[in-house]
Amino acid sequence: MSQQDVTFTPAGDDYADDPYAGVRETTEGPVYTVTGQDWDDVVGAAAAGEERIVVNMGPQHPSTHGVLRLILELDGETVTEARCGIGYLHTGIEKNMEYRTWTQGVTFVTRMDYLSPFFNEAAYVLGVEKLLGITDEIPERANVIRVMMMELNRISSHLVCIATGGMEMGALTVMTNGFRERERTLDLFELITGLRMNHAYIRPGGVAQDLPPGAVESIREYLRWMWDHIGSYEEFCNENPIFKGRTVGVGYLDLAGCMALGITGPVLRSTGLPWDLRKSQPYCGYETYDFEVPTWDTCDSYGRFRIRIEEMKQSLKIVEQCLDRLEPGPVMVGDKKIAWPAQLAIGSDGMGNSLDHIRHIMGESMEALIHHFKLVTEGFRVPAGEVYMPIESPRGELGAHVVSDGGTRPWRMHFRDPSFNNLQAVPAMCEGSMVADVIVAVASIDPVMGGCDR
Amino acid sequence: MSDDEKRTEAADSAGDAQGMTSGTQHPDDVEEAARTRSESSPVDQPGKAEEPGGGPDQPSKEEVTTGGDARPGEQAQTQDEAKDEAEESTAEAPDTLGPRLPPEHPSRRGMFGAYGGSGDTSGYGRLVVRDTNPVRGASTPRPWPGELEKLGDDVSAALREAGSTDADVFEKVLVDRGQITFFVKREKLAEVARIFRDDPMLRFEMCMGVNGVHYPEETGRELHAVIQLLSITHNRRVNLEVTCPDSDPHIPSIVHTYPSANWHERETYDFFGILFDGHPALTRIQMPDDWPGHPQRKDYPLGGIPVEYKGATIAPPDERRAYN
Repeated sequence: MSQQDVTFTPAGDDYADDPYAGVRETTEGPVYTVTGQDWDDVVGAAAAGEERIVVNMGPQHPSTHGVLRLILELDGETVTEARCGIGYLHTGIEKNMEYRTWTQGVTFVTRMDYLSPFFNEAAYVLGVEKLLGITDEIPERANVIRVMMMELNRISSHLVCIATGGMEMGALTVMTNGFRERERTLDLFELITGLRMNHAYIRPGGVAQDLPPGAVESIREYLRWMWDHIGSYEEFCNENPIFKGRTVGVGYLDLAGCMALGITGPVLRSTGLPWDLRKSQPYCGYETYDFEVPTWDTCDSYGRFRIRIEEMKQSLKIVEQCLDRLEPGPVMVGDKKIAWPAQLAIGSDGMGNSLDHIRHIMGESMEALIHHFKLVTEGFRVPAGEVYMPIESPRGELGAHVVSDGGTRPWRMHFRDPSFNNLQAVPAMCEGSMVADVIVAVASIDPVMGGCDR
Repeated sequence: MSDDEKRTEAADSAGDAQGMTSGTQHPDDVEEAARTRSESSPVDQPGKAEEPGGGPDQPSKEEVTTGGDARPGEQAQTQDEAKDEAEESTAEAPDTLGPRLPPEHPSRRGMFGAYGGSGDTSGYGRLVVRDTNPVRGASTPRPWPGELEKLGDDVSAALREAGSTDADVFEKVLVDRGQITFFVKREKLAEVARIFRDDPMLRFEMCMGVNGVHYPEETGRELHAVIQLLSITHNRRVNLEVTCPDSDPHIPSIVHTYPSANWHERETYDFFGILFDGHPALTRIQMPDDWPGHPQRKDYPLGGIPVEYKGATIAPPDERRAYN
């Protein structure tokens, strides 16, 4: 039967000319736009002799973690080919950073992977500090705060992964609980940085400001809450037959596949390889903390879920150690040619430069005013060269390739985002499986399109 | 390190000179100079085209500073203009004739008030900022620090085993800030990647990414592709860097050795226009398929529109005053 013989009217004659759900002829044959409740019609078209059914899942599909577009070729319910379409959230952050100072760059990178802003900032800032040659001069307190914020962020990021992943499988309690716990983590971020997301808190040379009064108590309270509640996910899911039925053996990718595709993070550790940059190539003093790298050996979505739960517990342990180590001291490097001149403070009109600092530069010292002005408008110069700075983000290796030509702005910034790289594994994980398993497999990669597209 | 110090010194003295200038110069002269800049059209300015980063004399900026000037009259204005033009020819001359940057380090785009490629912010153009970018330098002489020395030996041994030598496949080897970068000759890249992956002493199992950098001033090697390799077995990293000219933007693909480079090479093609020969499907990945140009290249403008805020207009980022 030729393709022209197929007649297809979605959801009755009334909608025949519906611009959003109709059929149009192309050189490749008829193309149907499916919007819901008309699946039977497409299946009917398939039964009528269509040779290939290519389904675009996304970029606006609720279960694709943002604007990921999955192009699936189906044979019945089986996926015979899967491809990813990305770029829907490309914002030109890397290009924009070439027109801003090194300090302003933090404001951009924090918006890339919006679920793990502190990791973006840390990778960028550590790269800049390496170019500046001040890695060893970062105050201990700043390093401890950085580690603590990153680990809290790892918890909040994994919570979103588990929550949304659960929701996509119908485990709604996991979703509501996960977002409740995440909200408590974001409350801490708000207390410490002033913002729930997009903090721009980690700056070249240290962090933007010291912990506010009461922060340590709040974090301890949070840790107590988390230890009480983190077990609930394991109780919900670990031995839940529906959960296991949906995840065990789904999204299979073994060690050889991970190596070939450059996969890192929980996906790699679910093959049994304990590869974690915090252990193998430590930064920010991670080698001095006591924690373990959890692994699993099933190479599937279930293992990745278990690893994420275990990593959250390890992160809680690290945060506890951070609190014990917090000693009073500076949070910004001593070199006044690099350090941001002012600390922030809350004023009557919101957060801004501290009033003491403003009094100093406006009323007491002309040199301080000049210095402040030069550093804020021009910024500092970074010696020419390039470095690649990898850190372990919740999704795997996040690398910042920082290129300077000796000026006050980056010559080129590039981020090797784990979401971008790991999405290459979608065909390997999904081809041959059911459509419903694609959702689970993609959720186990935990892609964040803001980071993937940048 | 000494180069860095030199640079800092240079920047400092530039700042001092600027301060001195504004102190000793007569205020009228400054005002007139500013007016000269605003009145001459962009085409007339020799430094204009060479400074995409936005020089100090952005029309919008100068309009603000000279906007309040009351003109004495038509007659006076023409006289002024004649005087300005005369001044312009003398004022601009030292800048264009000033010391030029040697061709191997021309990447500095000028600083505040600087013309003709000089890094001097005083406006006199007598200060040259030395380019210290190791990317344009020569090979780092051995011995290299720490583990890198052993890595270098391992690479040499692996190449010997494959019937090749360092000099055959590498342009140079840079060790900078604890990281090692092999500048691979571009026709040898596929071969080198295979050796780096398979040799038991090297075992760089994973390719973490491919990334482009555009250096428009490096004639004949404008486009760079940087490849980051990771060895889990030996827990170490190397960078491979390959260059190609703008007129012939071809680099061999390493997808057949490292499948993970697939998307990274597509992204580099998308952003820089580097054609990776042998890539299975080299298409755009971030930009739309019909997008014109390659956005991360330096000759591609950032774009943007002026934004009005409380009566003042803020220029788009790439047209604002730059201090680079």
